[in-house]
Amino acid sequence: MSSLLLFEQVLNGLQLGVMLFLMAAGLTLIFGVMGLINLAHGSLYMVGAFAAAAVAAATGSFLLALAASLAAAAAAGAVIELGVIRRLYDRDHLDQVLATFALILIFSEGTRWIFGSFPLFLDVPDYLSGPVTLPGGIQYPLYRLVIILAGLVVAAGLFLLIGRTRIGIQIRAGEADREMIAALGIDITRLYTLVFALGAALAGLAGALVGAIQSVQVGMGEPVLILAFVVIVIGGIGSVKGAFIGALLVGLTDTLGRSFLPGLFGLFMEPAAATTVGSALASMAIYILMAGVLLFRPRGLFGVA
Amino acid sequence: MRERHINAILLGGLLLTALAAWGLDQPFTITLATKVAILALAGVGLNITLGLGGMISLGHAAFFGIGGYAMGILASHAQSYTPLMEAPFLIEGTKSMPVIWLVAVAASALAALVIGALSLRTTGAYFIMVTLAFGQMLYYFAISWPAYGGEDGLSIYVRNGFPGLNTLDPIQFFGLCFVLLCLVLLFVARFSRAPFGLALTAARQVPARVEAVGLSPYRLQLAAFVLSGAITGLAGALFADLNRFVSPAMFSWQTSGEIMVFVILGGVARLCGPVAGAALFILLEHWLGALSEFWHIYLGALLLIVVLFARGGLIGQIAAKEAAHD
Repeated sequence: MSSLLLFEQVLNGLQLGVMLFLMAAGLTLIFGVMGLINLAHGSLYMVGAFAAAAVAAATGSFLLALAASLAAAAAAGAVIELGVIRRLYDRDHLDQVLATFALILIFSEGTRWIFGSFPLFLDVPDYLSGPVTLPGGIQYPLYRLVIILAGLVVAAGLFLLIGRTRIGIQIRAGEADREMIAALGIDITRLYTLVFALGAALAGLAGALVGAIQSVQVGMGEPVLILAFVVIVIGGIGSVKGAFIGALLVGLTDTLGRSFLPGLFGLFMEPAAATTVGSALASMAIYILMAGVLLFRPRGLFGVA
Repeated sequence: MRERHINAILLGGLLLTALAAWGLDQPFTITLATKVAILALAGVGLNITLGLGGMISLGHAAFFGIGGYAMGILASHAQSYTPLMEAPFLIEGTKSMPVIWLVAVAASALAALVIGALSLRTTGAYFIMVTLAFGQMLYYFAISWPAYGGEDGLSIYVRNGFPGLNTLDPIQFFGLCFVLLCLVLLFVARFSRAPFGLALTAARQVPARVEAVGLSPYRLQLAAFVLSGAITGLAGALFADLNRFVSPAMFSWQTSGEIMVFVILGGVARLCGPVAGAALFILLEHWLGALSEFWHIYLGALLLIVVLFARGGLIGQIAAKEAAHD
């Protein structure tokens, strides 16, 4: 029984981790290539979720909804890159934080204006709902399994894109030396817009995929954004591999902590106190993990020293 | 216009607003002025890290919230007549403001010491993300800890007392907050010209040189971070007393962002920048909030314009000429 529960929670942790990776990968690419800290990334996650919910409500097609989330988030990303973000590349981090904080305010209130304050619901399509029996007799929701697989496929695609294609070479070169690749005749402003839109699309996809298991509401992006920051601090800024490992670590720590810490404390405390202490500690577990990484590797696990 | 004249006008304006509202019997306006004084105090705290130290902390809600909860926890024990702790020694709750302020300052300074010691191992964008994350950690802790209200927060029925004053009278409570703000401003003004403040400024500008003359930038910045957290914590205790309510929202990342907005709207590293910023913020909230339910859009647009085009904030715009001579 306990090992079944453990396996199920490991899958849940993977699902959270994979979604965090989609957020963190975009953030870390944008930071690596453009040196920009983007607080509005959570808004793009929200845009993706709202676009998916709206299209799903209009057409009833989940695949169209996913496509809409990608398109809407990428478009929103490209628009803010062209309008605001590109003025910030040469500014210090304080200006970037403030301007992207302002974008959060505008996006959140704008969305509330258009869609109202009540959460929307994005339903899991019939062909993806219901449980599936895994080897070993474990019942697990099919949709969550699909999310894990979809996330892994996107992650693999991203690694291929960065490692094997011409765009990827330009992105990596941009991380290493911005002036140099501009001097080599690469249209750097176009590359920046592209990277930003790519990161935005990944965030939007994550928002849509998660939106089907949670509610779609204003302000849904920022908690995920902060988790993605924790992922990046653990993994190291600018490293997509670090983002992947960090995301899985955070996803597993959070999920396993929440399901097992209260029980663990129950071994040597009375049940009520154990639940309180255990759940309070579980809510802090990933930050404690982050503090540990900071103590030993202040630049993150895969950060360049 | 010289910055010290602007400062005098700002503080005088705040005082006169409250006094005029008192004369005209407009308690709501007094409360708004009190809110400005308290939020400005929180901004003055952040301005030490942000302006003098050049450390971009997006986690000051942590200290604001700790100050608030210091008030909430002590006062809730006092109002229910249950001791805070019985063993190994008895600690009672209290409704006395000076005691609450001391506890709030001590608790937020301690938290700032721990968070600062960890966060200052990093710089730049890491520092922003780490401070934001630690703030969020305390937010979730406050939500998941049921003893003090959890998600619902804590209500305190009667405002805490100050010896010799009736704090329930809006103008007296305003006076208390205003005097505290002025005292802290005086302290910060002297502090920034003292050797420690100068060393801190130098550690922002050229850390290598500070190190070369035998000072540790890390320790300077940590000391500044603790001082900054303590001041913001004091503001948190006052804010909780103003509302007679504390909730995890005080710990939320929006609070951190808003405190930063006060500092920026007013002007970074300007002594009274947070006062101008907080006053502008409250005025906007009051006017635009009456105009539209979605006033945050306008706030966001204004903030964007200030960041992109009007660097230096409100005081920076008015005192621009003087700054150019520095």
